[in-house]
Amino acid sequence: MKIDRRSFLSLGIGAAAGTALSPLPWKITDDLSIWSQNWPWTPVPQDGEATYVNSVCTLCPGGCGISVRKIDDRAVKIEGMKGFPINDGGICILGLSGLQLLYGPTRIASPLKRTGKRGEGAFQAVSWKQAISEVVDKLSSLRKEGKPHTVAGISGEREGTTGRLFKRFLTAYGSPNFMHVPSAADASEQVLYLMHGQGTTLGMDLENADYILSFSAGLLDGWGSPVRMFKANSRLKDKKGKLVQIEPRLSSTAAKADKWLPITPGAEGALALGLAHVIIAESLHNREFIENYTSGFEAFANYVRNGFSPDIVAQITGIPKAGIVSLAREFAGASRPVAICGRGQGDTPGALCEAVAVHALNALVGNINRTGGVWSVAQPVDFNWSQVWPDEPARMGLARKRIDGAGGPLLPQSLLNRFPQAVNGKNPYEVQALLVSNANPLYTMRDVESVKKAFDRIGFIVSFSSYMDETAQYSDLILPNHHYLERYEVVEGIKGMTSPFIGMAKPVVKPLYNTRHTADVIIELASELKGTVAAAFPWASYEACLKQTLGYKVNALAEDGYWMDGGYMPPDWSNAFKTPSGKFEFNLSPFKHKVYTHPEGDPSIFPLVLIPYDSLRLANDQIGNAPFMTKTVADTVLQKSDAVVEINPETGKQLRLAEGSLAVLKTPKKTVKVAVHLSQGVGPGIVAVPRGLGHLGNDRYLAGKGVNVNDLIGPVDDVVSGLDAAWGIRASLAKS
Amino acid sequence: MKEGHNQIQTSKFGMVIDLDKCTGCGACMVACMSENNVPFREDESDKLLSITWMRVYQISNGKPYPDNEICYLPRPCMHCEGHAGHSPCVSVCPATATDYDSASGIVSQIYTRCFGCRYCMGACPYHARYFNWWDPVWPKGMEQYLSPNVSPRMRGIVEKCSFCFHRYQLARDKAYYEGRRTIKEEEYQSACTQACPAGAITFGDLLNPGHKVHQMVLPDLNHHGRPRNPHAFRLLERLGTNPKVYYLSGREWVRRAGDNYVQGEKQAEHH
Repeated sequence: MKIDRRSFLSLGIGAAAGTALSPLPWKITDDLSIWSQNWPWTPVPQDGEATYVNSVCTLCPGGCGISVRKIDDRAVKIEGMKGFPINDGGICILGLSGLQLLYGPTRIASPLKRTGKRGEGAFQAVSWKQAISEVVDKLSSLRKEGKPHTVAGISGEREGTTGRLFKRFLTAYGSPNFMHVPSAADASEQVLYLMHGQGTTLGMDLENADYILSFSAGLLDGWGSPVRMFKANSRLKDKKGKLVQIEPRLSSTAAKADKWLPITPGAEGALALGLAHVIIAESLHNREFIENYTSGFEAFANYVRNGFSPDIVAQITGIPKAGIVSLAREFAGASRPVAICGRGQGDTPGALCEAVAVHALNALVGNINRTGGVWSVAQPVDFNWSQVWPDEPARMGLARKRIDGAGGPLLPQSLLNRFPQAVNGKNPYEVQALLVSNANPLYTMRDVESVKKAFDRIGFIVSFSSYMDETAQYSDLILPNHHYLERYEVVEGIKGMTSPFIGMAKPVVKPLYNTRHTADVIIELASELKGTVAAAFPWASYEACLKQTLGYKVNALAEDGYWMDGGYMPPDWSNAFKTPSGKFEFNLSPFKHKVYTHPEGDPSIFPLVLIPYDSLRLANDQIGNAPFMTKTVADTVLQKSDAVVEINPETGKQLRLAEGSLAVLKTPKKTVKVAVHLSQGVGPGIVAVPRGLGHLGNDRYLAGKGVNVNDLIGPVDDVVSGLDAAWGIRASLAKS
Repeated sequence: MKEGHNQIQTSKFGMVIDLDKCTGCGACMVACMSENNVPFREDESDKLLSITWMRVYQISNGKPYPDNEICYLPRPCMHCEGHAGHSPCVSVCPATATDYDSASGIVSQIYTRCFGCRYCMGACPYHARYFNWWDPVWPKGMEQYLSPNVSPRMRGIVEKCSFCFHRYQLARDKAYYEGRRTIKEEEYQSACTQACPAGAITFGDLLNPGHKVHQMVLPDLNHHGRPRNPHAFRLLERLGTNPKVYYLSGREWVRRAGDNYVQGEKQAEHH
């Protein structure tokens, strides 16, 4: 048969019509869609019995209660615990991401010993027995050589039982060198010491305040106990209170504040004194408090009268004179005003004079130890542990000077910021061994390069980290702690809390890997070291220690997850102050030097000022971001693997930098590549850099993204307290 | 759109987000991702490809420093009712993979029916829908946290916020079991509402005068749920999508940013 055009077409059309009328194409499409969606590698989560386990989150020092939903043995969701005094059901982005840390690829599965060069990341798994005996061998030989003081410890916790046990271990062993990771709490402790005469914690009754004046404190960017701050702010909004944010950058806190006053970076302390000037000049201060319960007011009044007139302060801060005067009037005129400092999340102590100046404002309006004000809060637990009786070698060690030069009546207990300088420079002795618990100094400390250099001079570094973070990667031996959802932990010293409070974290799931509680390891190390070191630890385990320490509170803690002195009221003014005068002291000693500090760097080479900024979406402490968190990071903060810095469009124009263009950011410490975001939220001449990026450790969802701002900024010792007072550094930016 | 196909009282679940309280912290986004087994990839900085059922946008008043103001705007699926359930996406879905449930007011997404034509994504004026360009991959061990209440999705389909419909199902089952016809307000709350540390999100039944969402926005049910609270607004109100997510703000420029206006035009009055 000859196939001509006509028959070809009709056959074709006939075939098409036939196929279309038959069920075949529809069947194939249907099958195709079913088949294409039935790929076996899409997981099908196992169903099972659903239960909830309550615990306390220890990812940050906020101390929120959490309820973890479980399906059989698996934890599937973290929620905030309803009725918990700090967060009442609310939860932050980091707390929500905890399961990605628990089940994530960055966990350390067993004790590890370094095999390659330091920092290379080559480790071999060893048994706990071997790991512990290696530490014991090193520590006992140092003790035998009469060098127990050459062992140093870095702890992430100022308080907490594990931190205390760690410190006790070093004391019994014979080293004075226990250091904790500093924060604004160290500065406020110093403030209380100077002005109240005692070193308790500073509580903020923000729930009852009606006017909050924040000096760059990122109350809504993760300051203090973040969820509590959020709730207090919402409450303030409901009752039409006012939040005024003084900050160089339009942060989330500034965005939500009723008023944002952009200030020259670093001039916060000067502004506080300027406000004091106006309050005193216009007699707006609380006479009852000032006249009866304070000392040194006249000298303070003279000091601010002479040096901090609104004209001068306007020049220093960049805030117009009229603005300063009206702000002072508003603050003093509010019924329950409170002034707060601690930049960003309050992770850096800052200059002492600044903290003292801000606290002086609270004293001027007399809102100390009163509803809606600033409270001194008593210790929640009396750690009635038996005294440590060091033996002769330990006594010799303890008699040595601390490597960081801390201690003494006026200095803080620890000055970790000075540790790298001391090790690298004129140190009184070589540090031979370093133990790091719950901290990641190779990421969180300023000028990471110098910290690394210091670490290179230390022969033996032990990390207790649960995660393969920068410090764990750089250590010789890793004795991994249980993950925070696998262990007991006592939480105390919650920043800004107005009642004595302790929380108790407890295991939500069984330990996934061959890990051990750091406190248990410390107890075991002590018992292996025998003698007086072992005698200082009369407990068989951490749990036994907790039971003995917490006494009657144990039941409340086990049941509710917390113990709180709910009816706590701070002492009234006549009993509140333990200073020599028995009164609140306007202490001028921190003002011996200039209140307004200039950032490091030569302005002619580095014309811009770099300030770091904090965001809740970027965890920047020892815990790195979980993948979910990084997913929420805006493309104005991170683009592919480039960190994005914020500059004012005017600065951009001068430097010929457009939105998104790549640039070289240079500071006296380091040069890095960044992308640029033109923002109307920062003033000309400022470069704002996000904190929490630039990890080298952790997983591939975090490592190698952006730059670590701590690489770019060096520490600056506060002349009075010795704490790190740096808030930024000079920088230059040029098209790359 | 079957009427009364179950005995549970008909509801119109909706959400009110107080933009004056929202701090842009992102907790709602992660609460949603961890509740709903949302996957993640190594690089999520290309936001067009990043699956976020709940996304927090940042809007600005456009003024230069130092008068610049910003506001955060969380955007879940709006669960538009349109006119009688003709929401933009439902109208275009050829597979009935997305449907308007008149009993709860929730716009569903049935993953096994979706074959990925993405018409709904084109139709949605809120960019609330996301396409799975890749298979979800969890690093080894991490699948352990996946919830059995929400099925993980596969490559080639569209997904979006479900108002945590599985939570509604659980609450409904419980009510059935206890012989009730009503679900109590606290029994059904979305994951983002529950997590929000600022208490900026409120969730409930817009039809129920006892529920907070109703009291907050006072929806005018004769006029497609338009809010009677002058501080409340909906996104792109003028499109007539009749969304069930309301926003509150005391700032005029924020309310104005919720819709498009011709230059110089005054904001449309509600009522």
